[in-house]
Amino acid sequence: MTFGPFLLLALMEGLVTAAVLALAASGLSLVFGVMRVVNVAHGAFYMLGAVLAWAVAQHVPGPAAIAFAAAIIVAPLVVGALAAATDGLILKRLNYDPEATIVATIGLLYMIEQATLSLYGPNANPVQAPFEWRIQLPWFGYSGYKLFVVLAACVVLLTLWAFITRTKAGLIMRATQVDRTTARSFGINVDRVYMGTFALGAGLAALAGVLIVPIQQAHYLMGGDTLLLSFIVVIIGGLGSLRGTLIAAIVIGLCDGVISMFFAPTLAKILATLLVAMVLVFRPQGLFGARS
Amino acid sequence: MAPLIETHGLTLHFGGLKAVDGVDFTLRPGEIHALIGPNGAGKTTFVSLLSGRRLPQSGAILLDGEDISRLPAHARVRKGIAYTFQVTSIFPRLTVFDNVALAVQSHGAKDLPAKTRAALARVGLQDLEAQEAQTLSYGHQRLLELAMGLALNPRLLILDEPTQGLAASEIAGFKSLVQGLVPETTVLLIEHNIEVVMDLATRITVLNFGQVLATGTPAEIRANPAVQEAYLGA
Amino acid sequence: MKVWALHLALIAALFTAQFVLSPYHTTNLARIMVLAIFAMGYNLAFGYTGLLSLGHALLLGAGMYAAGLSAQLWGLAAGPALLVGTLAGGTMAAAVGLLALRTAGVSFMIVTLMFAQAGYLTILYFAPTTGGDEGFTVAAAGRTFAGFDLATDTPRFLSALALFAVGLLVSLALVRSPFGRTLVAMRENEERSRMLGYNPFAVKLAALTISGLYAGAAGAAYALLFGYVGASFATIQYSILPMLYVLLGGAGTTLGPFLGAALMFALIEVASGLTTAYLFFVGLALVALVLFAPKGILGTIRERWVKWLP
Repeated sequence: MTFGPFLLLALMEGLVTAAVLALAASGLSLVFGVMRVVNVAHGAFYMLGAVLAWAVAQHVPGPAAIAFAAAIIVAPLVVGALAAATDGLILKRLNYDPEATIVATIGLLYMIEQATLSLYGPNANPVQAPFEWRIQLPWFGYSGYKLFVVLAACVVLLTLWAFITRTKAGLIMRATQVDRTTARSFGINVDRVYMGTFALGAGLAALAGVLIVPIQQAHYLMGGDTLLLSFIVVIIGGLGSLRGTLIAAIVIGLCDGVISMFFAPTLAKILATLLVAMVLVFRPQGLFGARS
Repeated sequence: MAPLIETHGLTLHFGGLKAVDGVDFTLRPGEIHALIGPNGAGKTTFVSLLSGRRLPQSGAILLDGEDISRLPAHARVRKGIAYTFQVTSIFPRLTVFDNVALAVQSHGAKDLPAKTRAALARVGLQDLEAQEAQTLSYGHQRLLELAMGLALNPRLLILDEPTQGLAASEIAGFKSLVQGLVPETTVLLIEHNIEVVMDLATRITVLNFGQVLATGTPAEIRANPAVQEAYLGA
Repeated sequence: MKVWALHLALIAALFTAQFVLSPYHTTNLARIMVLAIFAMGYNLAFGYTGLLSLGHALLLGAGMYAAGLSAQLWGLAAGPALLVGTLAGGTMAAAVGLLALRTAGVSFMIVTLMFAQAGYLTILYFAPTTGGDEGFTVAAAGRTFAGFDLATDTPRFLSALALFAVGLLVSLALVRSPFGRTLVAMRENEERSRMLGYNPFAVKLAALTISGLYAGAAGAAYALLFGYVGASFATIQYSILPMLYVLLGGAGTTLGPFLGAALMFALIEVASGLTTAYLFFVGLALVALVLFAPKGILGTIRERWVKWLP
């Protein structure tokens, strides 16, 4: 293959990474924006989504598409419910103290991963894609499922955006984000908003996990890299800014695709993490965030 | 007599709000100088600029003729400018002794216990030194705040509304305490209680909308029609 | 007086423990003491100064690799290698602090986390030198100190004890000094401290650097006493563990780090015999501590009963 098609392939791979990342990172960003909680267990919710997709596929007979459709509904709901319980049992009792919740979600991360290890095991397991369809380009064939992932992510993110900007629930969420004391005095049930936000954030991560699992197998430690990349995206995009998060996800997803095709991935990761640290030190509002 | 503090055209605007707007101000060594003015006149912002908690947009602050406008707050404390907070700011979970010891040891740890107890005795808290600061009554916390300021051995002590929330008996004690500080220490006082101001101050500066409306002795200020209109009469 | 007596009694008790315990448990105790040195350093930053770092694995790793590699590549003996490792930890902490201390709170946690991650990946990137994931064993030549072979039980235990004792007594002296009071002032009310003439950035940088010296010494001691240097010690897990030890034992207490390290080590020892998913208990302990006992064991004891506990 010559350079041009090679770059095209890299960009397409990058677009898939960007799509999944945008889903996962928007959940993280939403939780941080509304609740000021840095959820270190976010990667674990993503992993749970993937593992649950595998589990659903084991139990639903018939064509792969039906099992996949079931997983895409069941996994985010189960993970969302788990997150809601976490919020009520742990985060709320810590009064959402930023530092204490980080420590608690670190603990949660260990618990989820290790529980998965004992119930699901240390192996990586594949899940069949809902359809096998390849697009034949002049230079190479490309998985149609991967394009579906990009499309699905776009639909979900558009729905999310409409939910936040156009519905009453979204308005209440934004009001709580601006000032939780005032929101409470206006009769908003802040506890419920927080629980819903945390569940929604976790559900988005789980959905990303379901979408990725036919491409990348389900493994109990798969959340680590996604957590790190989501952090990078959220910080570069500006903490709590959803629009910044989306832009950053696309930029970083594409960069990741291109860079990992042409350079050593470890070096790229080193530079990326250092970049994030520098952004937080010198430009805490992020590279794309406009808010002060 | 050479002034201890001079400011020239000191300015800090917050967006459209002119909190401090071209203030020229002189503080003579050994005086008790009161800063008065209606709420929002820029008094606290002005002393924040003096103490370095905020940096000015333009203008200069001279301490003994030396330009300190860009020095960070902690460096100004070391040069002898002490600030006591309007809202009591102590170390709530440390003992009274530790609170004051922190002030003493910031300029050398020699004779630490003795100097600490001396500062406590000046405000009358010597018997409470082992208590946690958060368990003190409000009046005692104000005194602790003052003891921390005194323990810095400052050349200039800035007191931001020191009598706020004190009982009448406590105010009397406070007044005699401040009178005992001069002339070794110069005192700049933000105060709403006009009786305290008239009793203590040797000179008064009136701020209004971030600008100096008048400066003079208590008698001069009392007689100034502009001041009466803006503040005293209100 | 009774404070010093208590600490000396602990050191004496640890000294006698080697005659009572089996060789297996003696080695474990040596390991605990080295981890406790790491935790004491963490406690100076977190427990006293209020700096909640998620990147101390970087400092442990700096000490470990500096000591291990200088023994391996330049044939340094254990004494100088320990010194190199300690200084590497301190230098790394100062370098990280110069940048990370411009932030506070949650940002500080993430910045330190990112630096530590970059450090871990750097170790993997230079695999030909560092051994990457596999790590390397330190050759016997590098593990001698004044003619003693540190790979044998008694010299190893006594070296660990000596280092631990120095670390413990230094930290006790430090927190009871005026400087220790300044550290606590940063944790309690930074703005007030500034208006008492302290430069918070400088004080916190000093605290972090001292913390780094401890972490570096612990990493170096681990490499030299147990003979293994590996990237796993630079992973996020080794940033979490000292935090867990300190939270469990009691943040801002001098004996808490040792107590926490010992209890957690024992818990993991027992749990790993039962299940491969023993790290579950690390997570459970973290959640339970922040929820139910944020002051830790000694912090609670001090608050309720023994007020003089340092």
